Amino acid sequence: MSCFLCNSSLGKKLVMSLSGMALVLFLLFHMSMNLVALIDLINGDTQYYNGVCAFLGANWYALVATAGLAILVLIHFVYAFILTLNNYRARGSQRYAVTASEPGVEWASKNMLLLGVIVVLGLGLHLVHFWSKMMLVELMGQHEVLVGDEPVVPTDGLAIIKFTFSQWYNVAIYLVWLVALWLHLNHGVWSMFQSIGWANDKWYPRLKMLAKAASTLIILGFMAVVIAFYVMR
Amino acid sequence: MNFTLKIWRQKDAKSQGAFETYKVENISADTSFLEMLDILNNDLVHAGKEPVAFDHDCREGICGMCSLHINGHAHGPSQAVTTCQMYMRKFKDGSTITIEPWRSAAFPVIKDLVVNRGAYDEILQAGGFVSVRTNSVPDGNAIPIPKEDADESMDAAACVGCGACAATCKNGSAMLFVAARVSSLAKLPQGRVEGARRAKAMVAKMDELGFGNCTNTGACQAECPKQISIAHIARLNREFLWAKLKD
Repeated sequence: MSCFLCNSSLGKKLVMSLSGMALVLFLLFHMSMNLVALIDLINGDTQYYNGVCAFLGANWYALVATAGLAILVLIHFVYAFILTLNNYRARGSQRYAVTASEPGVEWASKNMLLLGVIVVLGLGLHLVHFWSKMMLVELMGQHEVLVGDEPVVPTDGLAIIKFTFSQWYNVAIYLVWLVALWLHLNHGVWSMFQSIGWANDKWYPRLKMLAKAASTLIILGFMAVVIAFYVMR
Repeated sequence: MNFTLKIWRQKDAKSQGAFETYKVENISADTSFLEMLDILNNDLVHAGKEPVAFDHDCREGICGMCSLHINGHAHGPSQAVTTCQMYMRKFKDGSTITIEPWRSAAFPVIKDLVVNRGAYDEILQAGGFVSVRTNSVPDGNAIPIPKEDADESMDAAACVGCGACAATCKNGSAMLFVAARVSSLAKLPQGRVEGARRAKAMVAKMDELGFGNCTNTGACQAECPKQISIAHIARLNREFLWAKLKD
């Protein structure tokens, strides 16, 4: 079993598919959680979002989930590089002098690694902006963190969101990051059904619609928070 | 019609190749692409030069021998046809046409535009068959097969094994070819019996021969002269994964 997941091309793709599926479910959860911040922003309150932050602080279940997520991202990322390297070799050293785009083939489907790298770089920045000021601070046994010039408690997620998205360049970077994620999910979501074999000609339009709907819902949810906090800074 | 041809010339598998430019003139619009190459070769032979080597056999789109990557497309810019079924009227008079061999690590160039597609034969030998004694032809209605299954099987069996899928795929993946073979047999009762063994053996051979991994771009389906659907790839994934889970 372990052999086929590591050695077979279809086994490796199964790993990509299942890890991707789990990450999409996490994104849906994260996006829903972020919408709570919007409720607080509209109400001029802090209790709901910071309540979620306190619940998901450095508790054992949050730590286990974070470690699980880190492993998932790592597996998805490492397998992506292994598969791409195999594909590069399979294409051969001599390339076509003339290439043309094939009808019906989406740009994102041919550039998943590039989009994935942008997503991971954005994730790194996102961890610096939020995780390093929240869970990491708690793990290090500290009770305060500097956000701008102001010391806040690490469960005051709303203050960190307000500070991060008060700066236009952060807003711009996050929007580019989210567009890359949207393109990645547009192909990734229907592709994971194809890789596990749950697709056919009748279902392709439905799966592609589902992929567009899911990726658009996720990205609009994230973008709404970024833009709303910038506009109401 | 007149054309400028940029053709890949390579003496043999070990030599370094390069593009050479030729002119062909007074070509009828109804000349097939391969006939146009015949005319060029005739001129080259008369001029005492080496003719261009290219694969061909039936010239009616059923043998899968012709290949050629023409102006960036496997089998040229026409849809759902092999190179031999494409006519010069598809090209603009006076245009330059670039002709390359299939490019894939598993399909090494033998000479000029001819590549070795033996890797596909090896995959077939690994499991693309039904190992039961069929004896004489049975009665057509002896084994009832639903029309939908028979249609799907025949759609997959339309694959001529030309290699356009692997040649087109940015990953050099042979999945559409393998899927078509697995699918055409899996949908029929005679082939169903060995479905699991076949899927595992053919995928293992495909990996061993150095073909790439499918990333579901759909480029193979777009360039396939027989319009084989990537739905067959989904079936291959199903067949293979179920077989492995049962191990």
